[in-house]
Amino acid sequence: MRLIEVQELRRTFTVGRFRAKREVVAVRDVSFAIEAGEMVGYIGPNGAGKSTTIKMLTGILVPSGGRLEVAGLDPSRQRTDLARRIGVVFGQRTTLWWDLPLRDSFAVLQRIYRTSPRRHEQNLAEYVELLDLGDLLDTPVRQLSLGQRMRGDIVAALLHDPEILFLDEPTIGLDVISKGRLREFLRTLNATRGTTLMLTTHDLQDIEALCDRVIVIDHGTAVFDGALADLHREGGSTRTLVVDLVDEAPPISVPGATTRKVDGPRQWLSFPTDASAAPIVAAVAAAYDVADLSIQEPDIEDVIRELYSR
Amino acid sequence: MADQATGVIGVSARGYRDIARMWVKAALAYPASFWMMAASQFFLTLLDFVGIWIMFHTIDSLGGFDLTEIAFLYGATAFGIGVADLLGGQVERLGELIRMGRLDGMLLKPLPLLVQVCADQFALRRVARITQALVMLGVASYWVDWTPAKVGLTLVMLVSGSVIFLSIFVVFGCVQFWTVDASEVANAFTYGGNTMTQYPLTVFPKQVVTALTYLVPLAFVNWYPSLYILDRADPYGFPEWLRYASPIAAVALVAVTAVVWRAGVRHYESTGS
Amino acid sequence: MIPLYVSVATRAFRRYSTYTAATLSGLFTNCVFGCIICFVYLALWDQRPNAGGYDASDAVTYVWLGQAMLMTVMVWGGGVTNDLAERIRSGDVAIDLYRPVPLIGWYVAQDVGRAGFHLLTRGLGPTIVGALLFDVRFPSGPVAWLGFAVAVVLALLVSFAVRFLVASTSFWLLDASGPNAVAFLMAAFFSGLTVPLVIFPGWSRDVVMALPWASYIQVPADIWLGKREGWDLLAGLGFGVLWAVVLFAACHLVLRRATRKVVVQGG
Repeated sequence: MRLIEVQELRRTFTVGRFRAKREVVAVRDVSFAIEAGEMVGYIGPNGAGKSTTIKMLTGILVPSGGRLEVAGLDPSRQRTDLARRIGVVFGQRTTLWWDLPLRDSFAVLQRIYRTSPRRHEQNLAEYVELLDLGDLLDTPVRQLSLGQRMRGDIVAALLHDPEILFLDEPTIGLDVISKGRLREFLRTLNATRGTTLMLTTHDLQDIEALCDRVIVIDHGTAVFDGALADLHREGGSTRTLVVDLVDEAPPISVPGATTRKVDGPRQWLSFPTDASAAPIVAAVAAAYDVADLSIQEPDIEDVIRELYSR
Repeated sequence: MADQATGVIGVSARGYRDIARMWVKAALAYPASFWMMAASQFFLTLLDFVGIWIMFHTIDSLGGFDLTEIAFLYGATAFGIGVADLLGGQVERLGELIRMGRLDGMLLKPLPLLVQVCADQFALRRVARITQALVMLGVASYWVDWTPAKVGLTLVMLVSGSVIFLSIFVVFGCVQFWTVDASEVANAFTYGGNTMTQYPLTVFPKQVVTALTYLVPLAFVNWYPSLYILDRADPYGFPEWLRYASPIAAVALVAVTAVVWRAGVRHYESTGS
Repeated sequence: MIPLYVSVATRAFRRYSTYTAATLSGLFTNCVFGCIICFVYLALWDQRPNAGGYDASDAVTYVWLGQAMLMTVMVWGGGVTNDLAERIRSGDVAIDLYRPVPLIGWYVAQDVGRAGFHLLTRGLGPTIVGALLFDVRFPSGPVAWLGFAVAVVLALLVSFAVRFLVASTSFWLLDASGPNAVAFLMAAFFSGLTVPLVIFPGWSRDVVMALPWASYIQVPADIWLGKREGWDLLAGLGFGVLWAVVLFAACHLVLRRATRKVVVQGG
């Protein structure tokens, strides 16, 4: 079943005033469709049009052109109907009431969405447990840390059992542990409830952990739509092994990796993203005196740049 | 169609109540602040009248009206803006909601946007101003020759006045959809309108009164119906039927407001990308 | 030290100058209110041509001066002291307290920068508009101009001290909105914004003329209009100096107590 259908979607903004007025195309004729139960990453560099797309899909922004259907509804015209069927989380801002304790915000949401009290209680108990929010229910939102607030926002977005969950940069600013927990939670949600997930992110690890499919947007245009592995292949993306040797040495030479850069005892080796790091690490360790090793994941911006430059 | 309309109104009223109740609860968490603000609201609006009363130490009539008549005009407009401010004064802060991205959050909830904007930070303390207006009206009514028709027209005036002020709050608040930090423009019409209608419109040039009749219908908040209630001839000689026309003005203004609000929402550009 | 204050003030000036739309819409509203009040006063002075020792021309001048001072002096409260209240609430004030410059001076400098911007826009604007539309009077000579300028600075200092005291209630109440509302009420009435203080009847006039708020609009306006000349002018300025000294002393006292509280409780 198709839950989201986008055809030639377009959004322009007018910037500047008076004579300096000009039109900027934020989203340019983007088309895609998403099936129920999919987990899709919507990625691209800053200002590529990710958030603008999400805002159109959720009914916040009126499209300038094209066709758009979410859960069988026209988002901007049937905004309130759509609101009952989707959940939305913005990483950088909260939709909760700043001055109120989480508990009160949740209680009001139950009334606004007219969720049955029993369902509400069940959901609340389950999500609060899963996201470990029990001790924070009486804290005003403004006093929560970013990670705590994010979890609160996610609970708020899920209490009315939405079919689709939109997440705009959900892991931005979170520490590694919080990121991991959040990803785990989202995976569980998709597996147990079949909730469709669409997320924008800067963090390739979000995508790797969650999404079987990625749509890449750049300068308002969708430049790639497919599996993550294909993106890496097409983008020729590489991971980097950073080797700190005990002593300075000539460029390391091991099979399966090429040395990109040498700076004193530190060397950077790149290898394909889909290859395992283990044999390379083993080969390096066997041939050299290694002080420290670390692996850098490919940067999404690099992949996209690569995708474009060819 | 009619069913659908009543459905929307029901949902809106319920939603408004739910959100408002939450804010009242939050405000009462600081009872000292709440009462201090309620009391100062009461006195603040009362002091405007004290100002007029001080003026009357040097004069016996202003624009051909005496103090008791001005008290009636004053009470009527204070009631109108009091109710409007209680129910929808928050529209003033639309620009702030846009800047903080909170409007996006509201657009994601299954309630009409206007309801959420108006109910945001609902402040029960504003009832103080309405109380003050009613006290003023009560006192002033001692000097009115009451008839059933006048009582009826007074009620119509108070309801229409509230609706007119509420519409003006919204319609000028919409400016912020286009220019986020221009919230003060609305003050010229809301609080400015309130200040103007505290006085008999005879103190203003006729062109101003014409504008307040046909352009920004603030004269219907209290002036025209009060001419009937106070048994006064219209010093400017405007048509007599205007005295009963407050509801028409209110409905017309609501229609204009609805169009402007819709245009504003569709123009909304959300911040960031 | 001085260059630092200057740069703080300049920064505040620049900060306020970025909000063009806000400034323009505020100017518009000032002008609308100015016109409304002028018509009311003209009706009053039509009945009683020398009420409070003013003639009609003095009265309309007073109205536009009031609109000009409204934002310059921040009659209603707010401005940089709102930031202070917010910083007290969030605990960030601890950073202010450990700055090498005194906290009060830091905020005064910001408020001076802000006032400078508001004087050039929301002060000058209504004065010009008022002069174009109504029979507005201007100071008769350099002494009156100078006296007025000093009176405006004093008004700003007194108003700052009052706003600072209001904001510092946040140290104890956490939420300054109650005191803010009360301060708003007092200032709106006792500054002479509602009606000129000179037409208050009998003894109430003497009382309101002795309160600090009289220095906001009434004293500068009287100097502008030439109602205060010679010794009377100096007395008007002395009145402002007196209140400024008393209120700033109060600010220091309050801040000392608050600092102890912040240090003991850690915010």
